[in-house]
Amino acid sequence: MKAAVVVFPGTNREHDIANAIALTSGAKPAMVWHGDSELPKVDLIVIPGGFSYGDYLRCGAMAAHSPVMREVKTRAEKGVPVLAVCNGFQVAAEMGIVPGTLMRNAHLQFVCGDVHLKVETSQSLFTNRYQQGQIIRVPVAHAEGNYFVDNDTLKRMEDRGQIALRYCGADGDLAAGNPNGSLRSIAGVFNETKSVLGMMPHPENAIEPRFGGTDGKALFESLVAAIA
Amino acid sequence: MKARVHVTLKNGVLDPQGKAIGNALHRLGFPEVGDVRQGKFIELEIEETDQTRAKARLDEMCRKLLANTVIENYRIELVA
Repeated sequence: MKAAVVVFPGTNREHDIANAIALTSGAKPAMVWHGDSELPKVDLIVIPGGFSYGDYLRCGAMAAHSPVMREVKTRAEKGVPVLAVCNGFQVAAEMGIVPGTLMRNAHLQFVCGDVHLKVETSQSLFTNRYQQGQIIRVPVAHAEGNYFVDNDTLKRMEDRGQIALRYCGADGDLAAGNPNGSLRSIAGVFNETKSVLGMMPHPENAIEPRFGGTDGKALFESLVAAIA
Repeated sequence: MKARVHVTLKNGVLDPQGKAIGNALHRLGFPEVGDVRQGKFIELEIEETDQTRAKARLDEMCRKLLANTVIENYRIELVA
């Protein structure tokens, strides 16, 4: 599986996710600077976490218009899989390659710690190594992860199965685990064709037992299984 | 000419920052304060003399970058 990780000024999780991809796929991803106009031919594009452009204007708003992102958008529209994590999710939402937007956390605080997630479907490039309904534990670290989308779009997304992950308690209770006020406890969403996944939690930081858990590993293994 | 763009949250979109500002004002002794909504104010210099053209360009700027129309409304004001 050939992957490219897009790096902006202010990105800080690119090495974590590159490491996760290298560990699971056996191949190091290409790191692509945001100012580049060319993107290598790859099977997977990753938009990692961090604070691109210092979160100026709105989180992800500036990065969404970086030179390389025009090409990312074109590839995404052609069906090249895109994994967008945390700030990457905010960028993807600003680009319009996934629906909705990420607002300031409802309690206004930065959340940093492990959360439980319910995997809503195993029928995707990103989740085929999980069971539907499986509860996993991965970390979050963000101040703007409060997912919002208008009611009509939300209904269409629910009908089409575009909700990938929801926050929940350790027992799966959706009311218990919402760390940021997200609508319907949404932690991750697909585009219509499920070739793009945007998610706030960091699966790349839950792949080694020494660092508190390995529940994120199956997401990368899913991609390797589906793509490689 | 100079333009002013006001970006505000749409009705029905929760504004936790506005709420926090309201609470702080209450604590400071302003109990008369009700709902508070926070927005953005952006001032731009643009090289354009035609008002209609300027408005059209600004509208495009708002849709492309200055506002996120999923949650925000914008209002454009031209200043001579």
